[in-house]
Amino acid sequence: MTPILADLTVGSVVAEATFSLTRDSLVRYAGASGDFNPIHYRDDIAQSVGLSGVLAHGMLTMGLAVQPVVDWAGDPARVVDYQVRFTRPVFVDATDGAIVTVVAKVGALDPDADVARIDLTVTFNDATVLGKAQARVNLA
Amino acid sequence: MNPELQGRVFPPVAPYLVGREKVREFSRAVFAANPINLDPEAARAAGHADVVAPPTFAVVVQEATLAQLLSEPDGGIDFTRVVHGDQRFSYSRPIVAGDELTATLAVTSIKTLGGHSMVTAESTIVDAAGAHVVTAISTLVVRGDE
Repeated sequence: MTPILADLTVGSVVAEATFSLTRDSLVRYAGASGDFNPIHYRDDIAQSVGLSGVLAHGMLTMGLAVQPVVDWAGDPARVVDYQVRFTRPVFVDATDGAIVTVVAKVGALDPDADVARIDLTVTFNDATVLGKAQARVNLA
Repeated sequence: MNPELQGRVFPPVAPYLVGREKVREFSRAVFAANPINLDPEAARAAGHADVVAPPTFAVVVQEATLAQLLSEPDGGIDFTRVVHGDQRFSYSRPIVAGDELTATLAVTSIKTLGGHSMVTAESTIVDAAGAHVVTAISTLVVRGDE
């Protein structure tokens, strides 16, 4: 069922999820997206540009972070606008991987357009990795 | 970076045909488990022509336009110093398998801030009929000398 805008309250949590990333996830995203930058699969190259090791594609983090919103809305087509700022890297350890958590809250409501702005808090290692992460969801 | 890039509009890139299996592959890669992303029957039941791409799929279509920008002969952008700053997708309608999409890049802003340069590039993506589907906006940060 599609959520009803009139039932929503600014600040309330609509979805939460935890994602477990491994190096396999990065290889899979590289292939699917065509982004083969080696900093996403080779520690030696990541370290040569001053990083502590392999990091997730920012677009992978952006892509998974909206999925709890899609499932809450019921249809990916309802996400009509989505933006993020990349603020911190998600390092993915070769053995332990990385845990990314997403909390989605109602940020603003536009009853005239029947659009809810859902604000995402996306966290890795107790720090947020995306800033101004906002999805606009058409509930008409 | 060449400040004269501001306002430059690039020629459209070759059309991108959205394949069903590509949508499913991309969906799995971003942990999209919604049946409308994966199952044509579920997508049709929800009123779509075929499987619907996840919200960030447009980056795959946008990619060729960013490659144009980074390889522009007079652009002066050292791609080894480029960091993705922000990203936005604004949809008129969702991308579905079977779409033939054409992207056109425009450089909307160039800024310099404390040794770093920031370029905002807007890729307007239209369907085979020329109707707007999505605009993908990237801000790339080009790090200055440390």
